[in-house]
Amino acid sequence: MQRGFSSQLNSSSLRPGELQLSVEHLQLNFGGVTALLGVDLQIRQGEIFAIIGPNGAGKTSLLNCISGLYHPQRGRILFYHNGEHDLTHLRPHQIARLGVARTFQNIELFRHMTVLDNLLAGAHIHMKSNLLASLIYWGMAQREQIQFRRFIEDIIELLEIQAIRNKVVATLPYGLQKRVELGRALALRPAILLLDEPMAGMNTEEKEDMARFILDVNEEYGVTIVLIEHDMGVVMDISDRVAVLNFGQKIAEGTPDEVRNNPLVIEAYLGEEHAALLSRPFSKS
Amino acid sequence: MISGIYYTSYEQDMALRKTPAQRIRLAILILLLLSFPFFASRYYLTLANQIGIAVIGAIGLNILVGYTGQISLGQGAFMAVGAYTAGILTAHYGVPWWASIPVAALFTALVGTFFGLPSLRLKGLYLAIATLAAQVIILWIVTHWKAVTGGVEALVVPTPKLFGVKMNTDFNFYWVIWGTAVLITIMTVNLFRTHYGRAFVAIRDQDIAASVMGIDLFRYKLLAFAISSFVVGLAGALLAHYRTIVNWERFTMDVSVTYLAMIIIGGLGSVTGSYLGAAFMTLLPALITNLGRAMKASFPAIEGLIPFIQLAIFGLVIIIFLIFESEGLNKIWKDIKDYFRLWPFSY
Repeated sequence: MQRGFSSQLNSSSLRPGELQLSVEHLQLNFGGVTALLGVDLQIRQGEIFAIIGPNGAGKTSLLNCISGLYHPQRGRILFYHNGEHDLTHLRPHQIARLGVARTFQNIELFRHMTVLDNLLAGAHIHMKSNLLASLIYWGMAQREQIQFRRFIEDIIELLEIQAIRNKVVATLPYGLQKRVELGRALALRPAILLLDEPMAGMNTEEKEDMARFILDVNEEYGVTIVLIEHDMGVVMDISDRVAVLNFGQKIAEGTPDEVRNNPLVIEAYLGEEHAALLSRPFSKS
Repeated sequence: MISGIYYTSYEQDMALRKTPAQRIRLAILILLLLSFPFFASRYYLTLANQIGIAVIGAIGLNILVGYTGQISLGQGAFMAVGAYTAGILTAHYGVPWWASIPVAALFTALVGTFFGLPSLRLKGLYLAIATLAAQVIILWIVTHWKAVTGGVEALVVPTPKLFGVKMNTDFNFYWVIWGTAVLITIMTVNLFRTHYGRAFVAIRDQDIAASVMGIDLFRYKLLAFAISSFVVGLAGALLAHYRTIVNWERFTMDVSVTYLAMIIIGGLGSVTGSYLGAAFMTLLPALITNLGRAMKASFPAIEGLIPFIQLAIFGLVIIIFLIFESEGLNKIWKDIKDYFRLWPFSY
């Protein structure tokens, strides 16, 4: 489907299928509690990679390590984007500058800003005009703001949030806030997009919309997506590969079909009574 | 009657004043500002100048507290740095008064950045206590470093002159103060239309998300302290040359609290709010004093009570605002504008 957007959302320098993010033997402790224990992951350019697991399995901790909010005690995280970068000891804003964007489990928008300002703040790393030029707001600084305003409009169109672009975020319903947060992450022109439970707390219709947006971003722009999600229907439907975490360890990895039929996963994660549910056929639309 | 506002370019959409009504309102305000000194009495000119300096100080504090969310109790001390730097440069080193003002502002920015360092680890009340330390330390230095500041005795600054004209008369300094205030207003408004301002607000609203969006918290928090202190230092420097006397008692903890009250009553995170708050907090004491004088004839006992009544009303007003309109005078002003937008068909 060609929509004729003028902007390129994907900033990755890799070709589809090349190794983009490599997590190696990651170990993370909080005092005496082990959150992650020797986790390995290989994520390739252009795929939708889902991370699932019961509550407290370490999924969000893993994302937080990748985006630099937590620093693991052992192991390393390599990111490929115009060369190899070791993310393990970088600070969050340095990682963002490499093109790693994310959303949060509990919406972390800039609540008192409008939708437009939230999205423009997402494009922060691309804005170059210096402080003096910004204070005077003449020439280059103004042109830059207008240029990004145009770029943001493409995202607004993609996510179908035209009607709320001038609304203050705090006044919006939950489902729309989730959508704006996705938009803010897209405004960074991500090479890789980390989504922490993008569909949590949504009704079926909102979930369908969100799944469609995620697929749009992935298929049209080729943005790699790493997804944490509890809704198994969605995960099995849209992901290319799935990793399963349990108590900080990776217990399985593979295509949705492989994971679904893995006895370890069924036992350790879903419990026996849910195994019957999974034997029902799923359709990949 | 207009049916709506339609934009045909992003430039129009992003303009600050989008409707003719807004532009006319601004034009009237500017005309008022330009003509005021020609018909106002000296008393009202003095008040206008006090408001102007308070406006600059309040905008400076609002950049830090209202927009960036870094609570500061060091306002008085930072004003002192500006005032003493400007005063000392002119009195002891013969720097022309107009040159000493920007230098003083820059130096205040430097000092403010230094005392902003704790903000990298501290938030909210803890940061407030850290900036309280700035207030205490700076004022201690001012009162004890006799050789430079004159200690507890007032520092006398030479009368500012421009081409032989005495500048510190109310009429002449009006233009200096309000010229600076307008300049600072334009720059502040511009700042918050660009990524710098958005980064500040992002840090206030959700600092972790801000850092994940590529905003360097370290850099932008310090920048907020620097810009804020620069503007506050400017207000202090203007005060020094306007009064031609710098006294540490003008920069105590009270001043810090008064300025915080100003931006809370006016509206946190709003330039218009800084104006309204500064005007309100300057005019209220004057009003109470005048009322007291007027009532002296019938109630002779009231004169001695005026200072206490002033304090009580101050406290009362702040409490009333916090309860009934926590977004401040700016919100009331917005509501009035919204009411009249569709007047007389507002329903």
